[in-house]
Amino acid sequence: MSEAPNQSSLLLDMKNISIEGFSDERWHPIINNVDLTLHRGEVLGLIGESGAGKSTLGKAAMGYTQPGCRFTGGDVLFDGLELSRMNVRDLRSIWGTRISYVAQSAAASFNPAHRLLDQTIRASKRLGERSEQVLKNDAIDLFRRLNLPEPETIGNRYPHQVSGGQLQRVMTAMAMSPRPDLIIFDEPTTALDVTTQVEVLSSIRDLVAQFNTAAIYITHDLAVVAQMADRIKVLRFGEEVEQAETRTMLSAPEEDYTKSLWSVRSLEKPEQAGDDVLLSIANIDAAYGSSKVLHDVSINLPRGRTVAVVGESGSGKSTTARVITGLLPQLSGSVTFEGEQLPPKLRDRSKDQLRRIQMIYQMADTAMNPRQTVGDIIGRPLEFYLGLRGRDQERRVIELLEMIELDASFYDRLPDELSGGQKQRICIARALAAKPDIIICDEVTSALDQIVQEGILNLLQRLQDEFGIAYLFITHDIATVRAISDEIVVMWQGKVVEQGMKNEILSPPHPDYSELLLSSVPEMDPDWLDTLLAQRAAEGSKTIKAQD
Amino acid sequence: MLRLVEVIGKRLLLGFVTLFIVSLLIFSAISLLPGDFAQAVLGQSATEETLAAFRSGLGLDKPLFSRYFDWITGVMRGDFGSSFSGRNSSGFDLSRPVLEIMAPKLRNTVFLALVTAAVAVPLALVLGLLTALFRNSIFDRGANGLTLTTISAPEFFLAYILIIAFGGFLPTIANVKPDMGVLERLRLISLPTITLTLVIVAHMMRMTRAAIINLLASPYIEMARLSGASQTEIIFRHALPNAWAPIATVIAFNLAYLVVGVVVVEVVFTYEGIGKLMVDSVGSRDIPVVQACALIFAATYILLNLLADLVGILTNPRLLHPR
Repeated sequence: MSEAPNQSSLLLDMKNISIEGFSDERWHPIINNVDLTLHRGEVLGLIGESGAGKSTLGKAAMGYTQPGCRFTGGDVLFDGLELSRMNVRDLRSIWGTRISYVAQSAAASFNPAHRLLDQTIRASKRLGERSEQVLKNDAIDLFRRLNLPEPETIGNRYPHQVSGGQLQRVMTAMAMSPRPDLIIFDEPTTALDVTTQVEVLSSIRDLVAQFNTAAIYITHDLAVVAQMADRIKVLRFGEEVEQAETRTMLSAPEEDYTKSLWSVRSLEKPEQAGDDVLLSIANIDAAYGSSKVLHDVSINLPRGRTVAVVGESGSGKSTTARVITGLLPQLSGSVTFEGEQLPPKLRDRSKDQLRRIQMIYQMADTAMNPRQTVGDIIGRPLEFYLGLRGRDQERRVIELLEMIELDASFYDRLPDELSGGQKQRICIARALAAKPDIIICDEVTSALDQIVQEGILNLLQRLQDEFGIAYLFITHDIATVRAISDEIVVMWQGKVVEQGMKNEILSPPHPDYSELLLSSVPEMDPDWLDTLLAQRAAEGSKTIKAQD
Repeated sequence: MLRLVEVIGKRLLLGFVTLFIVSLLIFSAISLLPGDFAQAVLGQSATEETLAAFRSGLGLDKPLFSRYFDWITGVMRGDFGSSFSGRNSSGFDLSRPVLEIMAPKLRNTVFLALVTAAVAVPLALVLGLLTALFRNSIFDRGANGLTLTTISAPEFFLAYILIIAFGGFLPTIANVKPDMGVLERLRLISLPTITLTLVIVAHMMRMTRAAIINLLASPYIEMARLSGASQTEIIFRHALPNAWAPIATVIAFNLAYLVVGVVVVEVVFTYEGIGKLMVDSVGSRDIPVVQACALIFAATYILLNLLADLVGILTNPRLLHPR
């Protein structure tokens, strides 16, 4: 993407950086002796799992630590200036103008009270080099380069009036407005749907290349970083694992940890057809208030198999789950379970009907009562559905804990004391406790790191093999679909677009929407984005229509 | 814009409905008060006939519903009826219209409330912003401690302390007369104003501080900081515009208190306000005055809350500029 960097163009030189954070009444190390160099016009990808210190290191490049954190060692040399010991007043003259920052959630990072254009040019205005009108025209030009719709007027809107993908692009324009030397991109596309992500990625990449801006690109998504970065640095537990040119890193990672990150994406299971239909929903229409969200949705779930429901946010995946569980009674259509029609409303269903369909949620954190111990959480469905109490209950809870590869020592723990993956395992045990026939998994791995995801997916598969539980697996992640599903249902705007066996759906030809969705899933090949954009350009604008 | 008018219209309408329900409550509550007005005025020696004549003169012998109907239709025409006091058994009717009795007292109360608000609201906002800006500093702790102390002390206690401290050079009796000039009035109500300010500042200040500090944790504030905004800019330009709704609610609450809840302060400083009038009227069973006062109090609450809601809407771009 840029020519080979040479020593004279060194822009950022971070040496032996150590950062501590204060929690539980003491200081913990977050970053340990990490070096980082960056040349003008170069893009460095920082990857690692959550808690690896990527974000902290990225912000440290600005001389910034979050409240409750501090530098304990090292130098941050930015173009000859030492930032880590500079006072805040002097740093302010660099922040937002010479180094700018693009945050993960654009929706939360724009001030809801101000118009987009004003926010876009605010930092540049502080520089005082160009007049407000010049800056506004420049911002509009940037909006245009970033392929934003109605570049002339979109700046007059408020943040809540544009979509997430558009906001993320406006934030890139905001970062670019003062023509900084360096931009820190902190997971800028993580919150976006894959179809939107492609657009944002290519916009960011073009703009950075056009202005020869150096960038640190932070992400946990390997395929994304492969498209964006010249060089990749892998972090774990606040330390550097390894660093290499992108192509070298992808083709020949040296460290075991890096290899394990790479391997998760290749998880795959052979599909199995199922002919014994356990749950069948037919011609479901459903609405929230007056806005209709499901149109004529029909899905079959065979016994002991996994049906993945894929689609972007707002496609009706979770609503379908709510209809099946009775949380949202349908307007019309039927939910049939083992040949017997289920009452639409939750309270009309029998305890046994409730028991046999369980659910696991995306946010294990919020799906558990933080004041209850693991024993209480798993014990509750045992008592409610199966009438187990006292000793019997305790014994069964421990059995369940062992099934999910934890042990009796977790019995008295509170959710706060568990890691993200462990919490999700407890939620699985809670669902399992009811001895269900079906578990609906709503984005259960989306909030987890890749390696933890692999563990959860393997666990779910093992439980299916042992107990013959059927899964309705809602996800937007195609890698997860490959790893777990037998059949796939593609949803778009509340309708089922396509439905069939996994290999059949994943291999061409696809209907238009499936094609757009599947082709937008980033691949590890560093040329993937170029190839895709070239392909789409050749095919004309027909598929681009469905964005935003 | 049209939407805004619609929203305001809807709220106003709801306000009227609330006021109507409140009027029902007031009327039935007052009719449940023990004691007989005729007996109270005429004394134990009055004969049955004079009592009956007295009652029918005031319409007290009519059924409850028709009395309510007479009252509420009068109120809608702006006529709150005439006071019970001033009537006596001799047949001379010296009673005055309720409005005429209330007007000067209401004017006094509103004057005191406005002066106090003019002092207390800016003071609370400034203190709230400063304590948010210098969070956990000595200034922050001092301001919080001091205001908490003043809000925790009973009003009359504060008032007497102030009288002892400043009685030497500030008037301790706020006996304003209708013909007094504004400056003279201001001098007379200086101590009541200070007392009330001390009572209400803590609440508003702490809400301002909390609302701002709450917002300082949001991602867009970190974003502003990382684009080089100074601390003052962050508080005034980035946090404050998003904090008005909760602050306005608390201000409205305290302003309402200034109108309806200041009777103790009025009594201590013998200030002729509407709170004192209401308490006196309850004592003398002057029901029309009590009802009128209660209705005005209710209307004050409803109106001020409506204003707070409006501030909330006008400062929320999501409501002001729908998608």
